[in-house]
Amino acid sequence: MEETDLVILWGSNAREAHPIFFHHVLKAIHRGARLYAVDPRKTTSAQWAVPGTGHLPLYVGTDIPLANAIAREILAAGLENRSFIENATSGFEEYRRSVEPWTLERAELITGVPAEQIRELAHAYARADRAVLCWTLGITEHHNAVDNVRALINLSLLTGHVGRYGSGVCPLRGQNNVQGGGDMGALPDRLPGFQHVENDALRAKFERVWGVAIPPKGGWHLSGMFEAMEHGEMTALYVIGENPANSEADQHRTVRLLSGLETLVVQDMLLTATAELADVVLPAAAGWCESEGTVTNSERRVQRVRQALPPPPGVRDDVEILCDLARRMGHDLGNPTAEELWNELRALSPAHAGMSWTRLEAEDGLQWPCYDESHPGELYLHGRLWARPVIGPRAPFKAVEHDPPVDELTDEFPIRLTTGRHLDSYNTGVQTGLFASPMRKGGTVDLHPEDGWRLGVAEGDRVRVTSRRGSVVAPVRFDSGLRPGLAFMTLHYPDQVATNELTIDAVDPGSGTSEFKATAVRIEPVENAQLAGKQETHGSALHRPRA
Amino acid sequence: MTFQDAPDAKIPVPRGPVPVVPPPRPRRAVELTIDGQSVAVPEGATLLEAARQIGIDTPTLCFLENLTPVNVCRICVVEVEGSRTLVPACSRKAEPGMVVHTDSERVRLSRRMVLELLGSSVDLSTAPQIAGYMERYDAHPERFGPPAPPARDHERDLARPGHHPAPHNGQTATGGQPVKVDNELYVRDYSKCILCYKCVEACGTDAQNTFAIALAGRGFEARISTEYDVPLPDSACVYCGNCIGVCPTGALMFKSEFDLRQAEAWDESRQTATDTICPYCGVGCTLTVHVQDEKIVKVTSPIDHDVTNGHLCIKGRFGWEFVNRRE
Amino acid sequence: MDLHFTAHEPDPEEMEAVDRLLSGLPLNGHRRQYLLPVLHAIQDRKGWISPGALNYACQRLEVPPAEAFGVADFYALFQTRPHPPVTVHVCDDIACHARGAEALCAEVRTALGPEGESRDGHATWHRSPCLGLCERAPAALVVAAGDPPRDQALAPATGGDVLSAAVGVAIPQPDLAASVPQIGQPGLKLLARVGRIDPTSLDDYRAAGGFLALRRAFEMGPAAVVREVVESKLVGRGGAAFPTGIKWQGARSAALPRYLVCNADESEPGTFKDRVLMENDPFALIEAMTIAGFATGCEKGFLYLRGEYPLALARIENALQRCRERGFLGEDILGDGVRFDIELRRGAGAYICGEETALMNSLEGRRGEPRNKPPFPTEAGLFGQPTVINNVETLVNVLPIVIEGGKAFAAIGTERSTGPKLFCVSGHVKRPGVYEAPFGITLGELIDLAGGFGGTGRIQAILLGGAAGAFVTPDHLDAPLTFEGTRAIGATLGSAVVMPFDDTVDLRQILRRIAQFFRDESCGQCVPCRVGTVRQEELLHRLATDRPLGSLAAELALLKELGQAMRDASICGLGQTASGAIESALARLPIYQEKTL
Repeated sequence: MEETDLVILWGSNAREAHPIFFHHVLKAIHRGARLYAVDPRKTTSAQWAVPGTGHLPLYVGTDIPLANAIAREILAAGLENRSFIENATSGFEEYRRSVEPWTLERAELITGVPAEQIRELAHAYARADRAVLCWTLGITEHHNAVDNVRALINLSLLTGHVGRYGSGVCPLRGQNNVQGGGDMGALPDRLPGFQHVENDALRAKFERVWGVAIPPKGGWHLSGMFEAMEHGEMTALYVIGENPANSEADQHRTVRLLSGLETLVVQDMLLTATAELADVVLPAAAGWCESEGTVTNSERRVQRVRQALPPPPGVRDDVEILCDLARRMGHDLGNPTAEELWNELRALSPAHAGMSWTRLEAEDGLQWPCYDESHPGELYLHGRLWARPVIGPRAPFKAVEHDPPVDELTDEFPIRLTTGRHLDSYNTGVQTGLFASPMRKGGTVDLHPEDGWRLGVAEGDRVRVTSRRGSVVAPVRFDSGLRPGLAFMTLHYPDQVATNELTIDAVDPGSGTSEFKATAVRIEPVENAQLAGKQETHGSALHRPRA
Repeated sequence: MTFQDAPDAKIPVPRGPVPVVPPPRPRRAVELTIDGQSVAVPEGATLLEAARQIGIDTPTLCFLENLTPVNVCRICVVEVEGSRTLVPACSRKAEPGMVVHTDSERVRLSRRMVLELLGSSVDLSTAPQIAGYMERYDAHPERFGPPAPPARDHERDLARPGHHPAPHNGQTATGGQPVKVDNELYVRDYSKCILCYKCVEACGTDAQNTFAIALAGRGFEARISTEYDVPLPDSACVYCGNCIGVCPTGALMFKSEFDLRQAEAWDESRQTATDTICPYCGVGCTLTVHVQDEKIVKVTSPIDHDVTNGHLCIKGRFGWEFVNRRE
Repeated sequence: MDLHFTAHEPDPEEMEAVDRLLSGLPLNGHRRQYLLPVLHAIQDRKGWISPGALNYACQRLEVPPAEAFGVADFYALFQTRPHPPVTVHVCDDIACHARGAEALCAEVRTALGPEGESRDGHATWHRSPCLGLCERAPAALVVAAGDPPRDQALAPATGGDVLSAAVGVAIPQPDLAASVPQIGQPGLKLLARVGRIDPTSLDDYRAAGGFLALRRAFEMGPAAVVREVVESKLVGRGGAAFPTGIKWQGARSAALPRYLVCNADESEPGTFKDRVLMENDPFALIEAMTIAGFATGCEKGFLYLRGEYPLALARIENALQRCRERGFLGEDILGDGVRFDIELRRGAGAYICGEETALMNSLEGRRGEPRNKPPFPTEAGLFGQPTVINNVETLVNVLPIVIEGGKAFAAIGTERSTGPKLFCVSGHVKRPGVYEAPFGITLGELIDLAGGFGGTGRIQAILLGGAAGAFVTPDHLDAPLTFEGTRAIGATLGSAVVMPFDDTVDLRQILRRIAQFFRDESCGQCVPCRVGTVRQEELLHRLATDRPLGSLAAELALLKELGQAMRDASICGLGQTASGAIESALARLPIYQEKTL
């Protein structure tokens, strides 16, 4: 990252959401790299972009038109990487045809980004010797998240900015072990090491070691589970370290479905809103400092977490709880240590095979794939695409089409509400709510000052924000980094402002992620008298220390 | 589209070539003599690096591996033959044929004076490293006379450049002043500040790029300050705490540590430090968790960890309170 | 950058002052360089720099407010707390001290109240280090904010004049002959035009031989100009005495772009020669800078002028304007396709900015903290680019070199100190002023030129070279004033200050004032200087008030150690020379002996 020439942050406010990653971006900038930020908001990250032209303020949900227009411009200018396309990709012709209609002018109309800026980014990206394209939830929290990602991957294939030192694509993971969870098989269709559950040979390998039969079909992802609850197909839920009652879109529906379950078990380190709904709560240790194990970060680096202090009395390690539960259910899994569990994984996942416990300790983490103990781990992926002939399958272009946000803007709901994070807070605030951050802004609805003026409200005034699903009251904060017509809220303060009562659970069929980034709302001033008797938000003391 | 080329999710992608990192720029060797020993270092290496290479321990205060050398403390000065003045080892590049003395009488005198000047003007009670240097160089700060009483709150912040009160009663001026406590996360005790610039660098281009603090004032009244000395919550501070991480004297201190010290309960001999990974975003910052009596008392990050270079954000640095708050 | 601002808002006047200054300037790349001018604009308009005004300046220039505050708070002429619009700076430095500064301070105190306070909210006063008006001591500088601001330097100053100037009355100043007694004398090279031409008229300058050297230089070509300067053996007149030709030669092969900087931040106590040149022959400096730019391949020059020189500022501003109008600066000078222009920048009250790398930091909109050397400015100077930096007098010497040739120039003076030299004679002489004489004139001859010793005529000591120089005694009157001659008597020529003190002067106070000066002017960056200058002042204060710690011998030994550490371990010349004059006085003069304590 530090040695790249150009960085695109697309739908990513890394300055606040991934601050230490952004330190590396800043090092690159100080060395002369240019930063482009594609974001509806002029975020603190976007303020580091190329002055004047480096921030592309697109309308929410118009990422595909923008990406396609960039592609068309690159092609029109003859700046595509011909040799890479011919040697390492497939589907180029169809892709080329699909982006053909996306002229700069049309894209400007749809995305709101001036044509000249689109052109500049296209040329800068294609001409850069090294370029990194990063994205975060601004791309993936949409009903067409997978298509959005494909639109960006197409750009990297078109320019060959993938699989080389200083060039690549980089989805920034939002949680310390969301990558590791996937690595370990916490995906509906994968076994540990991303081995597909529907591949008979791979499944058989696991069945041999585990001594059980594994269902040969992929399961439900999170949104699928809620669908299943809706249809009565799922009646029991075991939640470990997740707070869906606050974090899922369309909170009314979520809480209704969780409350309607026959059995809800929650295993967590704090009494979350979800735990409050549970039949059984299993107090768990804080994985990062009260137990041993590993996590995997955004750069696929497997890292050791270590026990720094014992959990409080009565609180137990996740593995211990699970093994105990298994025992009660008639399966004795023993009392495996973290290292023993890791060694089992190494035996089953080729990508992790070379990462001995000793190496993980000594080498400050290792990046997968790491096939054997002499393998250094891979600093970047997809280097195989530069082998001639290419090793393995070609990387496919995938033509994708614009599909605007599901929650339409109308006269009744004229404001686009988008969501994101603050620097000092994290997700639903379960953990971060408990330290005294001097920066904490609380739950607000952020508006462009012009919108405030139109509504006749001043900073700090309370307004009612209403979507097709719910309504909350929140104080106004002005942010001239927004555009008129665009509002911003976070999910950090569900006790104060339950933003997810507003959001829509329009779900991407591939990833199962909801469209948190695009809600249609209307905003009305609230008279103080009116407010007194009416508190829309949940007032439960969610984070009280557990006895 | 040629579908037969498309990867099938069910089939693992074959192993590719191991990624290559471009080799570092080749550097020529520079030969020089330090304290009679000849040593060869790569071009661009500093005298400090060269001295360390042959096991010579050069004291440093304002130098830190993850920051740009500012060479202001002058404790690392060495004698280079042919140079009119002593030169700072931390930033002076080795040149072919240099003859360097790191322990000559001139060097020892300057180092001792630097220590005495600091010792006579700064509260070094939480800077054990400097106490060690004092012993090594036989420094006696008290020979400049008795210290003047500390300044009133914010008095030093109002000093006008180019003006100062006349010396009084044979007392020596110091940076003494009340501790600045304006938030729940960290305190600033500028009585302990040696003006090494490290916090400014960490807040600035060397790490955080927030620029909440800078040098203000001039001369002996120079000080680290926000604009107009506004409290931190009004400033640009984002509480990454990277300034605390680099502070060599305890002038910047976690509120958790400060409170325990005030209560005389801070006891490093009862503390453990364990490296683990931050529980927040996916960047994977190594946290060193300092625990005393089964409570987290502070969090730092190793300077040689290549994700963080020792630097963290507010969540990693301070977001652990929830662990202590459970019962 | 993601900058954060406090809630303070600028008022319309502050915004207008900032906007007016920045209008038409290219706000790209190095926009931070306009920070000092912007701070001046605010200070000039309002008398202080408010938080709202600073915020606005920072937004326009994209500078973090904490850093901008640190810059504003570095300079003595900027007020960062609410302050009356009129400020009187009364010099109480050594030259003025010898000629009635304390009496003046007492008068001003009676008129305006205690130092730093204000009776009416309109005016206040502060003591000041040397204002560079030593030949007409005692001096005061009245700074009155407004649109336009009205600044007046008064010397000799009286309490009545100060009070009148504070309410806007223009006070007539003595004839130039009071500063330059040699006016009109034949054979002068540097002062030839001073007092003979109208310094605001370009045509007068041309009529007196102006721009002949420039024309000659263009005919010769850059390489030949540099060759002549090398042959002339001209060395820098700012104090460091580095060979100018070598500096220029080095620059010619350095990377592009390169910058030329004229160091006009004359602030060594007792020094006023550059001021006299700039006030009275401003076009000569511009011509000389243009030649230097041409010879070294710089297309852009910066003239960093001491902030306390309002008349020089007006004269140079006017001269630059006239030169641009008439094509002596700009895209195509003299129609020869040469491109060169000069930006004028004002310092703001910081002696340290006379140090070349501190000056560059100041130009870049940073605190005037010296940089570590190497790298030297000719490799990495202003904006990190190769930079040629020369003092005013040095540059003006280039004109006779180009016209008469390096050889002829080298024939003046001595083998190792060539050319004519300006001396700043003040203190107890009969006719203080700037004197031009060839290098090699003896100290006694120079004093005779200035009418002989003044005051009581019983001279205790003579300060040579300024506060960073050394004290000599009347025993040294035969010493030739050259770099080598002064070195031989354990002194330094420095900025050519010659300041005798008669027996009415309390030298203990002079030494204490010198120590105070260095303590006040230390930038504060490095420990030896930041704390060392404090300890030195405290020690001299103890001695001056007869309260030594232990024995006198112990105090003197401590002072010596302190001096050595400052000399050896400080970053720049300020700390390295901060003890020189004091140590020389204590070694040579019977100021302190065991019985006096």
